[in-house]
Amino acid sequence: MDINEVPQDSLHYKGRDQLKKLMYAVDQKGHYTGISSVGWEAENEATKQAWDAVEEELQQTKAFVLNGTLSPIAYFMRLKLMDVGLLASYVGKWKWQVKRHLKPKVFKRINSKTLKRYADLFGISVSDLINFGKT
Amino acid sequence: MHEGIHLSEPLAFGIGAGIFFAHLPFIKVSGVPGTTFRTWPGAIFKRVAQRLKISVHTEKFRSPEKAMLALDKVLQTGKPVGMLSSVYFLPYLPEAFRFHFNAHNLIIYGKEGNQYLVSDPVLENQTNIAPEDLAKARFAKGMPEPRGFMYYITNTPPKIDFQKAIQEGIKQTCFFMLSPPLPWFGNRAIGFLAEKIKSYPSKLPPRKASLYLGNIIRMQEEIGTGGAGFRYLYAAFLQEAGEKLHRDDLIVMSHELTAIGDDWRNFAYHAARQMKARQSDLVSFDELSALLKHCGIKEKDFFQRLQKVKW
Repeated sequence: MDINEVPQDSLHYKGRDQLKKLMYAVDQKGHYTGISSVGWEAENEATKQAWDAVEEELQQTKAFVLNGTLSPIAYFMRLKLMDVGLLASYVGKWKWQVKRHLKPKVFKRINSKTLKRYADLFGISVSDLINFGKT
Repeated sequence: MHEGIHLSEPLAFGIGAGIFFAHLPFIKVSGVPGTTFRTWPGAIFKRVAQRLKISVHTEKFRSPEKAMLALDKVLQTGKPVGMLSSVYFLPYLPEAFRFHFNAHNLIIYGKEGNQYLVSDPVLENQTNIAPEDLAKARFAKGMPEPRGFMYYITNTPPKIDFQKAIQEGIKQTCFFMLSPPLPWFGNRAIGFLAEKIKSYPSKLPPRKASLYLGNIIRMQEEIGTGGAGFRYLYAAFLQEAGEKLHRDDLIVMSHELTAIGDDWRNFAYHAARQMKARQSDLVSFDELSALLKHCGIKEKDFFQRLQKVKW
């Protein structure tokens, strides 16, 4: 790729355009140089699509929490871009335990110490966690 | 690099045999099969150190407290320290990049007041980070777990044999690209992925097919430093190596790889259009598959000839 062909397509989305990345391209003499680029359309679309998928799943999960199919933990887990395995290792539980905590019935019986652990990890208070979706 | 050795990013990448390809359909990262254009994290630095005969101290820690204390100690001696981190916890990166990705290398080169001074390869300028954030990034959970992993140079040889280091790097690269007998690794995996793409419209719902394509583009361009899934970076290495060792054949090979990189970019461009269209259009998936296969065939020929370069 020639340096004058290096795309500069900026994407104003989640701060993507705040960061320029180093590209390697050849100058008129066929010599490689580093040149910074704010982005490329193809890459931007892939980035945005990945986030759209995250957002879509988050809204789905939210709906499940509101209709009582899933516990609030499921929502905050998605919000923090985690899956059950990752969340389990952060709160120091087994995967099957976290999976159970996603059930509203089990969630109601979780002890305060464990609830605190979840809340701290999500950066919210315990009451925020318990009362999510109850307004 | 520090400690009196001047080493550019392309040279380090080439000597460390960083370029690679793998497609692992059975390893799903958030539901999407894994694709990579580079070798596994940590390998490049390790190989560069070995090939240049640089002594490096590496360490992992049980607790963040111990890890931060050890970091401060080394910084007091004036040495920069490299470490593994999770991009999710790096506040200086835009949110768009902050997924749970744990294999990000960064360098801390000092401490000013209560802030660490950071040199991050994805940033143009240096920046800083608060100790709490750095501790979180160094002790992220998931795969792979950094566990505070850090490294710094303890000793450098008076004279470095670049000829030998470059030669070893190139040889290893060719070996990794050409020899794996399994379909998921090296050059073979490019053709393998091309076949998979052909079957996407008949095997996957449009949304999934589109996500799968998006992931390939992201691995190639978002993660791939320099563009075209590290192909331009490796071409820059071949050029620098050719100039350093007065080898015109390497410079010619560099131009060839640049052209192959352009083909990869072309593939990504068309993949992005297909991804956006979200249609299970058989013809265009066949075309995409053909574009990718073309990259694979050209690269195979390229690395076969690179392997036969006389030293």
